[in-house]
Amino acid sequence: MPHDHHSHDGLSPSGHPYREDNDAPLTYWQQMEIAVRELLIEKGHTTGEEIARQIDAMDARSPANGAAVVARAWTDPAFKERLLQDASAASREMGFDIGPLHLIAVENTDTTHNLIVCTLCSCYPRNLLGLPPDWYKTRAYRSRAVIEPRAVLREFGLSLPDTMQVRVHDSTADMRYIVLPARPAGTEHMTEDQLATLVTRDSMIGTGLPRTP
Amino acid sequence: MADRVRVKSMMPPGHVRAPAYLRGKTGEIERELGPFANPEQLAYGLKAQKQPLYRVRFTMAEIWGEQAEHPADTVDAEIYGHWLERL
Repeated sequence: MPHDHHSHDGLSPSGHPYREDNDAPLTYWQQMEIAVRELLIEKGHTTGEEIARQIDAMDARSPANGAAVVARAWTDPAFKERLLQDASAASREMGFDIGPLHLIAVENTDTTHNLIVCTLCSCYPRNLLGLPPDWYKTRAYRSRAVIEPRAVLREFGLSLPDTMQVRVHDSTADMRYIVLPARPAGTEHMTEDQLATLVTRDSMIGTGLPRTP
Repeated sequence: MADRVRVKSMMPPGHVRAPAYLRGKTGEIERELGPFANPEQLAYGLKAQKQPLYRVRFTMAEIWGEQAEHPADTVDAEIYGHWLERL
């Protein structure tokens, strides 16, 4: 049985890291979550099926939603104007259910690069980008993004010239942010759907740029 | 609300959404966002009063002084009205 023995270096014989079995006792908050969930079900406020459906819906969101919004803004100047004016309304217009979210789109230009962070926790435009990447929630990213954003961007492979202004957006309260990256050169012939494939998650957080064709 | 504002330099306990690194710092209102329930009450299940919320823009020079990585870069943050004083 290949997985019966833990090797001393924490790797399986095939070289994969072992994941700890979750045999530890439940934490206070895990117990609290289970207790509240069971009470809500017992009292008829929700059902197990409803919770599973909601988890499915949350997992189904992906950066493809945000990419579609960006590609529309690249091809439709009137839509772009509405997006920069009120990103919640513009996203709803495209059929994305963004709930009560207050969304602000910030535009990258020849002279400005935008970067999104939540220094206090992990606020993220989940309805358009899905679940945040792990690094977005780390203390290192959350603190360094406001102290030395250029150094952080270099680690993401993005070196910005001194002439480019960096604007960091700290989601401290009720707003969520998405970066509208600049449309790459050489994409004039591409359709909206083709353009959407160039839009990466990181380009909408500001830690990257869109792909070039 | 004046264009230039300073974030109050207070350190109350509990759930507060004015980040410590911006307290006492001066910035410019980037835009007004309208009234939002005060999270300092909301977090404790209290009846929350609406507070005006602002996006305030700070320069890196203002926040980090001599240590700033690139002084003219900026941080925009959302700050509730009761945390701001007009200048």
